[in-house]
Amino acid sequence: MSLLDVIGPVMVGPSSSHTAGACRLALLARHALGDAPSRARFTLHGSFAKTARGHGTDLALVAGALGFAPDDARIPQAHDEATRHGLGIEFASADLGDVHPNSVRIELWASADERRLELLGSSLGGGLVKAFGLDGFRLEFSGGAPTLLVRHRDTPGVIARVTRVIADDDVNVATLFSARQRKGGEAMMSVECDRPISEVAAAYLLHLPAITWLRQLPTVMSSGSDGAHIALSTAEATP
Amino acid sequence: MTLAELAAAAGPASAAVLADQGLSDDERAALLEEMRGRLREMRDAIARGLTSDAKSRTGMVGWNAKTLHTAGDVLAAPLLKRVQAYAMAINEENARMGRIVAAPTAGSAGTVPGALIGVGDPLDLADEALVLPLVLAAGIGEVISKTMFIAGSTGGCQAEIGSSAAMAAAAVTELLGGDAEASVHAAAMALMNTIGLVCDPVGGYVEVPCVSRNAFFAVHAISSAQLALAGLRSVIPPDEVVQAMASVGRMLPPELRETGEGGIADTPTGRRIALEMAR
Repeated sequence: MSLLDVIGPVMVGPSSSHTAGACRLALLARHALGDAPSRARFTLHGSFAKTARGHGTDLALVAGALGFAPDDARIPQAHDEATRHGLGIEFASADLGDVHPNSVRIELWASADERRLELLGSSLGGGLVKAFGLDGFRLEFSGGAPTLLVRHRDTPGVIARVTRVIADDDVNVATLFSARQRKGGEAMMSVECDRPISEVAAAYLLHLPAITWLRQLPTVMSSGSDGAHIALSTAEATP
Repeated sequence: MTLAELAAAAGPASAAVLADQGLSDDERAALLEEMRGRLREMRDAIARGLTSDAKSRTGMVGWNAKTLHTAGDVLAAPLLKRVQAYAMAINEENARMGRIVAAPTAGSAGTVPGALIGVGDPLDLADEALVLPLVLAAGIGEVISKTMFIAGSTGGCQAEIGSSAAMAAAAVTELLGGDAEASVHAAAMALMNTIGLVCDPVGGYVEVPCVSRNAFFAVHAISSAQLALAGLRSVIPPDEVVQAMASVGRMLPPELRETGEGGIADTPTGRRIALEMAR
């Protein structure tokens, strides 16, 4: 934890892990969707499932899906806000396996075209979070740094190409995870960077034939309202 | 940085914490400005909590801070009463889904400001005098978080309130003129005497025993600062104390780690309240 993670976040109570952390995970999912969701399903695991209502985890998850930051005064009224924004909400609980006790599967469906996004994440305590899966790929990112998500075909040289473009933008890589469904199939990487790559660099990557989808997620760890995602980077490549 | 390295620093421990961050002048100024803002947020939450008696969502808490704040000082110990009231004010705001600063968690948010601001208030200091002790509190939490997750669900309440008490003890020690060694040992003694504390919130709500627990451990932190400022030291090196706490956290069964299924939560009345709230 950084100094400002320890004395922080400034947040709406009652729990840094079950409220602020939950809000941040849903906010990450919304940024990855890149659109306002019309429908959300939250599947709670472990301590999240057992004490969700007590800690306002339900409200915080809905708030994050609506794009609210952990210090947003509207969090206690998140269910009413969801109705106002036309967001349909569903809660379930399930055993997600050998994962952190505060874990959740977040599924969001975009209003525009019913695209579905699935994020698996854990709230580690004190408001820190970790996403450990995206759309079925095992990846890891923390929301503590701008994060580049790239979906691509599993062919030689794609990772080198992506990191080359990032380097040419004079951006430093903090963490990089890569996973694939099967040899030669669909693959995904998450790259946490010290700052976002430029719109031009993101557009260039998306234009490469092997890359099918790309998102730049802003950090969700700072207090206050989070910056909007970079519009240009959220476009989908035309097949 | 280890606690041993921090304790060996010349001068106040907060300076060593800041130096260890490797910040540019601008980054350092931005960090201190952010800390000032968080201190103001803490004061605001105390002010709201001391004057409100609005019940929490369950109705179990909400009036404790105001009641104590306006009650007579039967022990003739104004410091004690103020620290307890400030700590509970914040945690009752938290239980009402009000705006607070997690320190290091929301459930333990009252301990550091309760102790630090409660001790600082009668000294008539500018807010600025509290900023560096608050940085030290953050530094102590940062070191602990390298050894264990600071969350009741992984380490029990000792990980949350134990960390907050250690952070508060170090901060108060520095505020009252303690050097780095005294501050770090205040933290270690606070931590050593919190080991084993379980996380057993009634119904899973961050209310009982969480609100009163912040009052108790804000005082615990001050006791520790008093011992350290008198020259007492932890026999067990501070880093080993943190290791011990992490080890005990791993031994705690899930029932005692924020599931609301053990301890105070698992009493006949605790179960009844949980059932009523679930309806």
